[in-house]
Amino acid sequence: MNPSAAPASYLDDGHTLRSWLFTTDHKRIAILYIGAITFFFFVGGFAAFLIRYNLLSPKGLIGSAETYNRLFSMHGILMVWFFLVPAVPVTLGNFLAPLMLGARDLAFPRLNLLSWYLFMVAGVVALYAVVGGGVDTGWTFYTPLTSFYSKGHVIAAVVAIFIAGFSSIATGLNFIVTIHKLRAPGMTWYRMPVFLWSLYATSVILVLATPVLAMTLLLLAFERIFGIGVFDPKIGGDPLLFQHLFWFYSHPAVYVMILPGFGVISEIIPAFSRKELFGYKFVVWASIAIAVIGFLVWGHHMFVAGTSLFSALVFSLLSYMVAVPSAIKVFNWIGTMHKGYIHFDAPMLYAIGFIGLFTTGGLTGLFLAALAADVHLTQTYFVVAHFHYVMVGGMVSAYFAGIHFWWPKMTGRLYPEMWGRAGAIIIFVGFNLTFFPQFLLGYLGMPRRYFAYPQHFEALNLLSSAGALTLAVGYILPLGYLTWSLFYGERASANPWGATGLEWTTPSPPPTENFAVTPIVTEEPYQYRQAETVNHE
Amino acid sequence: MNGYLPSATVEGREVDFLILALVLVSCAVLALVFGLILLYVVRYRADSGVYRGAPGRKTWRFEISWTAATLAVFFVLFIWGGDLYVRLFQPPADALQIYVIGKQWMWKVEHQGGQREINALHVPINRPIQLVMTSEDVIHDFSIPAFRIKHDVLPGRYESLWFQVETPGTYELFCTQLCGVGHYSMSGEVVAMSQPEFETWLAGGAAPGQREDMAAAGKALFTAHGCSGCHGEGGVGGSPATTGVSAPALAGLLGRSVKLQTGATVTADEKFIRDCLLTPDKMPIAGYPQIMPSFSGQISEENVLRLIAYIKSLKSGSRT
Repeated sequence: MNPSAAPASYLDDGHTLRSWLFTTDHKRIAILYIGAITFFFFVGGFAAFLIRYNLLSPKGLIGSAETYNRLFSMHGILMVWFFLVPAVPVTLGNFLAPLMLGARDLAFPRLNLLSWYLFMVAGVVALYAVVGGGVDTGWTFYTPLTSFYSKGHVIAAVVAIFIAGFSSIATGLNFIVTIHKLRAPGMTWYRMPVFLWSLYATSVILVLATPVLAMTLLLLAFERIFGIGVFDPKIGGDPLLFQHLFWFYSHPAVYVMILPGFGVISEIIPAFSRKELFGYKFVVWASIAIAVIGFLVWGHHMFVAGTSLFSALVFSLLSYMVAVPSAIKVFNWIGTMHKGYIHFDAPMLYAIGFIGLFTTGGLTGLFLAALAADVHLTQTYFVVAHFHYVMVGGMVSAYFAGIHFWWPKMTGRLYPEMWGRAGAIIIFVGFNLTFFPQFLLGYLGMPRRYFAYPQHFEALNLLSSAGALTLAVGYILPLGYLTWSLFYGERASANPWGATGLEWTTPSPPPTENFAVTPIVTEEPYQYRQAETVNHE
Repeated sequence: MNGYLPSATVEGREVDFLILALVLVSCAVLALVFGLILLYVVRYRADSGVYRGAPGRKTWRFEISWTAATLAVFFVLFIWGGDLYVRLFQPPADALQIYVIGKQWMWKVEHQGGQREINALHVPINRPIQLVMTSEDVIHDFSIPAFRIKHDVLPGRYESLWFQVETPGTYELFCTQLCGVGHYSMSGEVVAMSQPEFETWLAGGAAPGQREDMAAAGKALFTAHGCSGCHGEGGVGGSPATTGVSAPALAGLLGRSVKLQTGATVTADEKFIRDCLLTPDKMPIAGYPQIMPSFSGQISEENVLRLIAYIKSLKSGSRT
């Protein structure tokens, strides 16, 4: 391609700080978000590191239970609302949705920028809350502990999450309208890549569930500040009401976290198998089914909380139902690899790691859905391990897979492949070393959120902390080589992976207007021609 | 502490059996998933010349098969876990009741004979034990891993937990619901002993002579707080002729259906008595003017439990 004829890339469209902070280009906003969530990921990760350091000794090494409680609350709050919930939608989703749709930008570019500013304001308030004063209620804010008994900056944390919620709603709304209205000519619903379907399902949950969280937090704040009895039985409230409302948001929210990951994996497996996605419509409708059923399972967090036997039975059954579509997806990804031409680039290694870790996380979810088993395992490290297998082993692996896969598109540079593969393998090993022992700890009865613990849990805790150190190396590595590649990486072509999808038809990095001519879509997604067959026949 | 494996209760072993089944199902699925991935990445790696054939077009048969298989397995697990859960939380009628109060950050236990202990619970083996639990402040959770059982302990309610220990021993007790800074320290031990040893333990302890059983203590409170002024000595009930006001009889109250002025009918359980004491305006009893004053803030959780124990001890028509 003649560089002088090509339109300037979005990265060259202004180099001033102002050109970034006042941009309405979805690609630049995505980059702003990547900077922000990477920061929160490492702050939250540092808290996790201190948690694992403390647990090296049964007596606790950091010397103060109050500090420990603040650390795990900080870890939870930052990781859930400032990394996991936004992670894929606001970064990869923001960057790719218009490119995959063949559009110029999202439907509401200024709303998109506003949602970044809301996110940043929320982030600053959250940092003030968790670092400045500290919150020791855990990320779940159970009442009446949170309403009256807890010291610390509870209100600041609540305000931060309240504001972040509006950022989520704005982003979700933007994606829904964009996917409805800005598809390129010929881009029918069933021609959309699965990533967009996942983003759509995620956005619907964000728009419907987040307001419930906002109301719940508002009620919590009213109770704490004005003493209006909502959740504390001493002043006429009901403590279980808080749990119902909180999980009515927070269970769908875990699907907000994982569904975009499913979308990323559904793009990567076909690309590196050089084969069409197996069972496209089943994968698509599995996402929608998860989004719908995900609203009906919140009660499974409360099997020992004091709800009725009948409600426990209903929520147990529904929890099994919501696991079915996830199983369908796993089988379809494996089916995609069957008779493919499998390449082992870093995104694919992350994706394969994702399938293994997510499946383990999902299967251990069956333990927690089985009522009698849940009674023993809930509120122990088993739940911690289960959650991290899905959210870190699954979701963070998917995020890393996506970042590597679309890195050439976003930056115009290739990352160093050997380093990428090494990082994927170190993360997989470190992750299992960290969290597998926690399943055993949970079965043996070690409660979560304990600053100090009985001696006989020590060996497994040492193993887990050793894993955390490995995992830390695995996460810092990509920070290093990806940054390096920004300056010294090889220039990327428009489509370095030979992947399908409109985003690969535009130069890397794309020009500000995305496409010189609006593309016209004439075929189904994932039409890999299996070019290699020619070589072998 | 000992005796974690195998579980010290019959129900605990059933839970272990369910968990074992879940482990086996998980291992089978993981073997399938990892096995297929491993097979495919070797067999269908890009530079492998193995013949791939024409790509299949029809996928729905596979989809239906694995969806149906997943559903079937899930349904079995659901029935299994649900059935056992219902049994785990339905205490036998003849269970020995022991009262537990959680507070930041300790467990207070009171036996019916008035024996009290902190962060420890002594129980006899081979006899169903039912804990009636409440909290003075935040939500706690009473968890005994060796029995594979736990339940949240909420303020303003009585939650119940039951078990029957087979193996004598000392077992760990944890609070497993985050309850503040001292959460990690809110642990203790459950000591299971034979019936004779348990009786010896009940009879021993500090100043056994001064101990008063819970119902007797409740009786003293019943007079001291003026309850008998309306409800009559022994809770026989009051009328304008006897006590000067209409007040319902309390003897034989537990387990009875009570009609409220709202038209609703409730079963009188511990929580009902507690609510009548602390928030009587919320449950006016049909047929009586609502003149019962609230004792909220005047009676400790322990004394509420003692009053309940006293009311429980009143049999219909009896005068103790």
